[in-house]
Amino acid sequence: MSALIVADRLRRSFHISHRAGFLRRRRTEVVAVDAVSFTVQRGEAVGYVGPNGAGKSTTIKMLTGILTPSSGGATVCGLDPAKDRRALAARIGVVFGQRSQLWWDLPLSESFELLRSIFRVPKDSYQERLDECVELLELTPFLATPVRQLSLGQRMRGEVTAALLHDPELLVLDEPTIGLDLESKERLRAFLADLNQRGTTLLLTTHDLDDIERLCGRLMVIDHGRVLADGPLAELRAEVVTERTLVVDLTEPHPPLTGLPGVREVRTELDGLRQHLVFGRSDTTAAALISALVDRVAVHDVSVAEPEIEELIRRLYKRTTVPDAMTDL
Amino acid sequence: MSKKELRRGLAWSFVRALIGCYPHLAVAGFHRYSTYRSAAVAALTTNTAFGLMRIAVLFSVLGSRQQVAGYDAASIASYVWLGQGLLGVVILWGGHELADRVRSGDVAVDLARPWNLQFALLAEDYGRAGFAMLIRFVPPMLIGGMLFDLRWPQQEHTWALFALSIVLAVAMSFAIRFLLSLSAFWLLDARGVTAMYGLLGGIFSGLTVPLAFFPDWAYDALWWTPFPSLLQNTIDVFVERGSPLPLLAHQALWTVGLLVIGQLALRAAERKLVVQGG
Repeated sequence: MSALIVADRLRRSFHISHRAGFLRRRRTEVVAVDAVSFTVQRGEAVGYVGPNGAGKSTTIKMLTGILTPSSGGATVCGLDPAKDRRALAARIGVVFGQRSQLWWDLPLSESFELLRSIFRVPKDSYQERLDECVELLELTPFLATPVRQLSLGQRMRGEVTAALLHDPELLVLDEPTIGLDLESKERLRAFLADLNQRGTTLLLTTHDLDDIERLCGRLMVIDHGRVLADGPLAELRAEVVTERTLVVDLTEPHPPLTGLPGVREVRTELDGLRQHLVFGRSDTTAAALISALVDRVAVHDVSVAEPEIEELIRRLYKRTTVPDAMTDL
Repeated sequence: MSKKELRRGLAWSFVRALIGCYPHLAVAGFHRYSTYRSAAVAALTTNTAFGLMRIAVLFSVLGSRQQVAGYDAASIASYVWLGQGLLGVVILWGGHELADRVRSGDVAVDLARPWNLQFALLAEDYGRAGFAMLIRFVPPMLIGGMLFDLRWPQQEHTWALFALSIVLAVAMSFAIRFLLSLSAFWLLDARGVTAMYGLLGGIFSGLTVPLAFFPDWAYDALWWTPFPSLLQNTIDVFVERGSPLPLLAHQALWTVGLLVIGQLALRAAERKLVVQGG
């Protein structure tokens, strides 16, 4: 394996000026990304997550060369993005979930043809990749439709195809599933997972933990411009989330279901019609708990609540600030 | 493959690499605008109505005189209908898509492409202008020609010079709009400057009244600005008002100059790059 992305103490700050009295303005510096360093190997699929304003998009912009770092640097595909933006553009694909790279007034297929010219893709390799995307993403029904008339789900499939026509080594996706319905999300995820399997490196920012779960072997969590955690998702979750919750809906109200092996806490709702069983991740499994449950009561429905991405980040954040807190004591 | 064939093949791929995607973008520009046919017909109707009003005003200025500032009735009719027709080709108002893209941050997509943004947008604008020639220029000229005595070029080569003049005027209008749009990188919003440009452009390009109607000092002063090259020079080439060479030279110099400044501004904007929005 070789490194495809190397970010070395990437930092970006913006100056914002405020009114401070009549005609006077005060400039304050806002740090969007603060000395972020990481390496992504060829073939990896990395999820880059964090709350709004954490610095995700700013990092992406610096890695793709459309924003110059205030200090620090990056190497992507062996190039310096800020210096070789155009050369880099030919080797990476970028999908911005909230921006379009397609021509609004033209049929989808015509946007693809234009991109072929812009990226100077040879005819046969273009056709090969296009055919593949058309088949896997089921684009045929709307290839001739002007982009402005496409649904969001259709457009996103078009966007991903557009980013892949020049066979990029790296595909960067900024919130690719934002606003999509479940089916569209799933179709896109399956396609991206397959793409990664066949060797394309993926870097995606997202709000959606399911995207990470489905696609990414590795998770990087950023907040306030700093990387809080970096590692395999399962490992990070096991590390910071030691408890899971089984939510059980019963067919009729029941007193709290105490005494089940591994359950640390029971909370009830609706007179015990719905019960939340908090259990230690290392003590038992959801499956064992469910089978113990059905022996005792009539169960209508069960679900396992995983902590939301925000919760995970909150805990990771807590973890990284613990040493400081301890020195205060 | 013989050496000669190989050399020819290499030369051809060099030319292709040089011209790159731009001809394709011009075709796309044509196609993009041709999808808005009803909008074009609406604009054509407005143009024609305004043409009739303007010609009535200018004829009353002419009154019983043979000519005003070198314009006789036929030249004035040509001036008005050429102006109405070229207005949609050269674009004096609007056409600030790029400014909107800078403001919204969508320009990030444009900058993440292996192309020269200025050439790419210029190519698209030529495509748009080509469509506008068919639907915005030809019909008002035909209507004007049916209703009035127009002054048509007397010399054959004037048609070629007129075509060249349009090509230059379109590039110039684009070059100015490109610069105004890029100002959004520094001003964060270019709506102020584009509105001001729309106001000045209409008067100083010679759309409202021929620039020759202006006092001499104003006419001379305007010659030092790019404005006459947007519209007046092209019209004057058509009606063969004096030698076409100074008119075309003025256009060529300003066009090239503004395009070069645009390239420099683009580099500066790329360096600065505050792409707005998440």
